[in-house]
Amino acid sequence: MSAAVAAARSAAPAAATLELSGIRAGYGDFQALFGVDLRVAPGEAVGVVGPNGAGKTTLLRVISGLLRPTAGTLRYGGHDLTAVAPHELPALGIAHVPENRRLFPHLTVEENLRVGAYARTARAHFAERRDRVFSLFPRLAERRHQLAGTLSGGEQQMCAIGRALMSGPRLLLLDEPSAGLAPIVVQQVFALVRRIREEGLTVLIVEQNVAQVLRVVDRAYVLETGRIAAAGSSAALAADPAIRRSYLGMH
Amino acid sequence: MDPFLLEALVNGVLLGGVFALPVLGLNLVFGVVDVIWLCYAELVMVGMYAVWFLYTQAGWPLPLAFAACLPFVAALGVLLHVLVVRPLLRAPPINQVLATGGVLFVLQGVATLVFSTDFRSLGVEMPPMEVGEVFVSGTKLAAFLAALAGAAALWAFLKFTYVGTAIRAIARDREVMPLMGVDPRRIYLITSAVGGTLAGFAACLLVVQLDVHPFVGLSFGPITFMICVMGGLGNMLGGFLAAFLMGLIVSVGGFWWNTEMSYVVAFVFFIAVMFLRPQGLFAR
Repeated sequence: MSAAVAAARSAAPAAATLELSGIRAGYGDFQALFGVDLRVAPGEAVGVVGPNGAGKTTLLRVISGLLRPTAGTLRYGGHDLTAVAPHELPALGIAHVPENRRLFPHLTVEENLRVGAYARTARAHFAERRDRVFSLFPRLAERRHQLAGTLSGGEQQMCAIGRALMSGPRLLLLDEPSAGLAPIVVQQVFALVRRIREEGLTVLIVEQNVAQVLRVVDRAYVLETGRIAAAGSSAALAADPAIRRSYLGMH
Repeated sequence: MDPFLLEALVNGVLLGGVFALPVLGLNLVFGVVDVIWLCYAELVMVGMYAVWFLYTQAGWPLPLAFAACLPFVAALGVLLHVLVVRPLLRAPPINQVLATGGVLFVLQGVATLVFSTDFRSLGVEMPPMEVGEVFVSGTKLAAFLAALAGAAALWAFLKFTYVGTAIRAIARDREVMPLMGVDPRRIYLITSAVGGTLAGFAACLLVVQLDVHPFVGLSFGPITFMICVMGGLGNMLGGFLAAFLMGLIVSVGGFWWNTEMSYVVAFVFFIAVMFLRPQGLFAR
């Protein structure tokens, strides 16, 4: 364990600014990100929107250390995240809800939450945070002993977000929370994201559903073929004619 | 019912309990680390020698020798993982099987060098007990009950602890585990230690029933692998149930024909299962 992480564990992790600069990354010969600059301040909700294959998921994978950048800097407060093992991120206060939720389908809802509270800093808070997750998502409380694989798509997304909240994060990374969900369920998921951020969490959310996400976040970046094509406040982006044409289906 | 058939059935269940522990250990390691410990029965053999040595040569009390055997074989499991398995985690499965298979021959060879090929016996036997019309070996009954207790302890560990839950989770999705704050390398180490502990536990139960010699692993190793495959490799509950099924087949086969024939019947049954349900009897 790095000294930085050890120090962070002595107290509750503080909110910090996430800062990416000149990030390049890819898979083998395939380069997915070409020098991305991005900043998320404490308490902000920031979106990254863009078409399929623009590199949105890759960006989150780089932030949580599942993929190492080939160039650029990646800092969270005083920590160089490229030097932190991915499994130490929950102790720094960062949680990542991955693409396709990636629940453990053969474990019960409550067991999924327990895996989310695996970090040593989180175990002592298990009961209290579980109850909070259940109050945020009452459906999960009803289904706590059910296998996660038997939940509906919307319930699975709630469970995946709940599992991430079990580590007590200050920064929540959400990858396409609306993917594959019915429109009414998408509304519920975004209402929850809004509630979570009102509780003071910093949120970085990657989405293809641009219209919905711009209603939840303060600012957003538009990522196209691995580069930031535009950035600005949600209101400014929603009013931008080019964005409206490309992403909001308006002419 | 014929009391001798009844006795065979009871012995089959008792035998199944003893098969169950190495089956659970092998399945656990395979399910989590995704590598087959081909030398699993030889880890049990080394544990049997450890108990035999501590009890008959060093003069330790038997319970103490048993207690020392568990951490000893657990440490062997960790060593096996660190020295042989971990460097080959990304290698093709055939290389992994050849490497752990090589360890099998190394362990047999070292045991032969150190202890020779003599059959060693603890020389302890609990008196037989009469249950209804059936005589049951006290040793076998005690081993069976201990095996059940060991299986129950394993179940509770996997069901109720953070590490156990992570072990069950990682068997299904490795890549996502770091996002939960889980270091997969550590989980592999712990799993290898638990797999070794189960081998040590099996050694304690077998050393009171079988004489130890360097090739004793051959008398229960192949059937252990068969049971694992029959129950569905990596499927803990399937392996547990298949252990009892195999115990019954061997025991009742031995009653109807003889011991050699009973293993033939067991293998034929195994081959039939592989034709009819190649994914294992209890696969979902």
